[in-house]
Amino acid sequence: MDATTVLAEINGHIAAVGYGLAAIGPAIGVGIVVGKTIEGVARQPELAGRLQVLMWIGIAFTEALAFVGIAVGFIPFP
Amino acid sequence: MPRLASDGEFHGPSIDEFFPEILFTVAGIPVHRIHLVQLLSVIVVVLLLVLGTRRMKVVPGRFQSVVEMGLDFVRGGIAHDLLGRKDGNRFLPILTTIFFMTLFMNITGIIPFLNIAGTSIAAVPLTLALVSYVTFIYAGIKKSPGGFFKNALFPSGVPWPVYFIVTPIEFLSTFIIRPVTLMLRLLMNMVVGHMLLVLCFAATQFFFFTAGGGWAALGIGTLAFGGAFTLFEILVAVLQAYVFTVLTAVYIQLAVAEEH
Repeated sequence: MDATTVLAEINGHIAAVGYGLAAIGPAIGVGIVVGKTIEGVARQPELAGRLQVLMWIGIAFTEALAFVGIAVGFIPFP
Repeated sequence: MPRLASDGEFHGPSIDEFFPEILFTVAGIPVHRIHLVQLLSVIVVVLLLVLGTRRMKVVPGRFQSVVEMGLDFVRGGIAHDLLGRKDGNRFLPILTTIFFMTLFMNITGIIPFLNIAGTSIAAVPLTLALVSYVTFIYAGIKKSPGGFFKNALFPSGVPWPVYFIVTPIEFLSTFIIRPVTLMLRLLMNMVVGHMLLVLCFAATQFFFFTAGGGWAALGIGTLAFGGAFTLFEILVAVLQAYVFTVLTAVYIQLAVAEEH
């Protein structure tokens, strides 16, 4: 079986690939946000509450990109 | 939606889950089951809050203390923490409404027989995002119209030629991206959560009853995943309600902040 036949046999939604690509950035971003928060709390445990609020806000901003990635797949392009 | 694999093949969930058939029409407005779920969750949250705060005692009973804990969480944990006491109290009603409405509409996603989040069709997140949008713009204009737009569009401390780049970006991020991402974050969390649950439980049903035999072992795996995702969805429901409220509070805080 040559390469073109294999390619032709792959089916599914191209949006899934798009979402996979869109998820890379937010994944790294959320990792950095949470990691830094843990670092901060380890250094100054008394700031844990304040840092957690900031962490959720940071995660919310970062992961929005991933959700845009999901949403774009559902937009019907002509 | 029960998904019977009558033709012996597995059918995964699709986006049609969120466009169910119309049950009946009221005054020309088509009503389907997600609308009924939304109506139910609104009735439940109103009843809970009214009954919980109707006859308040100084020493609260068990039910009253749970309701008080929820209300105090929004007031102490979000409004006063982010906006300060004065502005926090000003915007407390809208923050409380957003939090409880989002929470109760999210949580229907994992309640048996309802099985779909009220926020998983675009209308509810869109409405909430618009409310949040109008609120923070109102807060900023009320504080000082000039200061609000100057802070939002012309951040101080950059040399003036940079404004040609910064101003359009700031305009996009403040006035367009903010409401859009508020809506998308909530909507997509709920849509994706529902899809995952349907996928797990539809696969379980398929492995147990359609495929049968050795496949049933795989069904146990997917059932366990479904259970785990149900717990995860509870976390997501609470977290998204929290995040939506916190972001609204943060946007208000940015709008009423002094010039810097």
